[in-house]
Amino acid sequence: MAGQQRPHDDAGVPVKLALRDVLVLRGGRPVLSVPALDVRRGEVLAVLGPNGAGKSTLLRVMALLERPTRGQVLWEGRPLEGDPLPYRRRMAVVFQEPLLLDMTVEANVRLGLALRGLPRREQRRRAARWLERLGVAHLARRPARQLSGGEAQRVSLARALALDPEVLLLDEPFASLDAPMQQELLEELERLLRETGATAVLVTHDRAHALRLGQRVAVLMDGRLRQVGPPESVFAQPADAEVARFLGVENVLPGQVVSRQEGLVQVRVGPHLLWAVADEDGPSGRVWACVRPEHIVLAPLGSGEEPGSARNRLPGVVVRLAAAGPGQQVRVDLDCGFPLVAYVTVASAEHLGLAPGTGVVASFKAHALHLLPR
Amino acid sequence: MDLLWDGVRGAFRLLIELDPEVWQVVALTLVVSGLATLVSTAIGVAIGSFLALARFPGRRLALALVNTGMGLPPVAVGLLVAVLLWRSGPLGALGLIYTPAAMVIAQAIIALPIVTGFTAAAVQALPAGLRLQVLALGASRWQALWLLLREARLSLLAAVMAGFGAAISEVGASLMVGGNIEGRTRVLTTAIVLETGRGNFDLAIALSLLLLTLVFAVNLLLTLVQQRRPS
Repeated sequence: MAGQQRPHDDAGVPVKLALRDVLVLRGGRPVLSVPALDVRRGEVLAVLGPNGAGKSTLLRVMALLERPTRGQVLWEGRPLEGDPLPYRRRMAVVFQEPLLLDMTVEANVRLGLALRGLPRREQRRRAARWLERLGVAHLARRPARQLSGGEAQRVSLARALALDPEVLLLDEPFASLDAPMQQELLEELERLLRETGATAVLVTHDRAHALRLGQRVAVLMDGRLRQVGPPESVFAQPADAEVARFLGVENVLPGQVVSRQEGLVQVRVGPHLLWAVADEDGPSGRVWACVRPEHIVLAPLGSGEEPGSARNRLPGVVVRLAAAGPGQQVRVDLDCGFPLVAYVTVASAEHLGLAPGTGVVASFKAHALHLLPR
Repeated sequence: MDLLWDGVRGAFRLLIELDPEVWQVVALTLVVSGLATLVSTAIGVAIGSFLALARFPGRRLALALVNTGMGLPPVAVGLLVAVLLWRSGPLGALGLIYTPAAMVIAQAIIALPIVTGFTAAAVQALPAGLRLQVLALGASRWQALWLLLREARLSLLAAVMAGFGAAISEVGASLMVGGNIEGRTRVLTTAIVLETGRGNFDLAIALSLLLLTLVFAVNLLLTLVQQRRPS
């Protein structure tokens, strides 16, 4: 009566899809080298990296569209061997280009279902539902060739979601769209992912997209996985200088909007209430509160030296000091009930007598705190 | 040009009189070139899509050979097939020399590189990611091939038209392997050569007009199919 052993990762969360010792060579040169990567059931994993980092290769390997030179893809812990088709049919991929076929919009959305041999009525029902949910039901009878870029990408999303995939793989799905359209589709996708509870992997070079959709972020550079973790830890503690340069060091703090008045938003972050400036239609509920380290001013505890106009004042303790790149900058890691990074000049670090264990007040203006939906 | 004028007048008279001999030649022309086109399409689309999609050493060389084959001289093909099918030749036992079957073989060989080359170009011209997208939608290899060919269908019909054009218009190979035997292997092109040689210009012109009409009708049909809007 041995029930099937379900694989779990270190945190005890069931793993849906995993890569082990994956190596992809092109012309003898490694373009992707991933010792281990887990996609947990029900999570959205954002794979973030610059162009040419091997993100698309990673996605193709996960989608079983490209066989790695070495290594394995695990499905719920079992290595995949033989014909990948049955597993490919449990996933769906949305590429950067909509890549619709020369048939009607509805036929495009039905195509994946037809390939799986679903009855026609079921195909029609599901296609209609997803075209409706993506707001393109009125285009159903149109030839796909006649659609605009935004419409086509919506149809491409509908086509993938109509498959009811166990894993949804997204390869820069918005990169070919203009900014307002990106924003619109991003919101839509976020809602759909939340509603369906799908396991998803989003490949992107845009950290705002990664922060917005990803419950975990994997940083991929030069074909290597540099760091995997929750967004706040990846952004607060980049694994190395290169990752930090790519991410742009920034404090990314999980918070919750608690109130909103006259253009000011109050956000609870850890034990503190912080102020941010935001429009009426700015994010609400769960947010990422972001502040750049160079916008944080440090002052001695209780000295009265605090700059008057800064709304956010956080008492904290210095954890670590380190020279920060070129120039006369010192990186100060603080513990304010959550980790916070500040940059100060060498001169002011000396003036403040900063050392591990020193108590300071970190302050920054409401303008310096920007909010992203979480 | 009295000669031409007499020829055209004579041609129309022949067409109106519906000479049964002429119609037999027309029918054989259609059957032989139609079958040759079918055979070359079946083989050419398979080879062409393989050359377009597969990755193997020597692929470019193969494509270059196919493209060279598009200009294959019909006389050379005729000679090759004639030697192979000659009664004492390697395939002589089949008894195909001077039969319509031999003509189908020769014309299919002439049309094959054309259909193959056009097919390879058509499939290669599809968007780069389309094959992966189709596979990602859950297509098996055969389903994916079918969908890609469907996407390339306009160009594929052009390939078929070009193949048919080459088959129906060649004369050298049909003459050599068919023998232009009256009532058995005489097709429009071989008949035109014969009648021109005899000085029967009116008949030759009539047959040429018929040939042109035939080519036009077939291409019109295929073009109409090609330009139908997606269902």
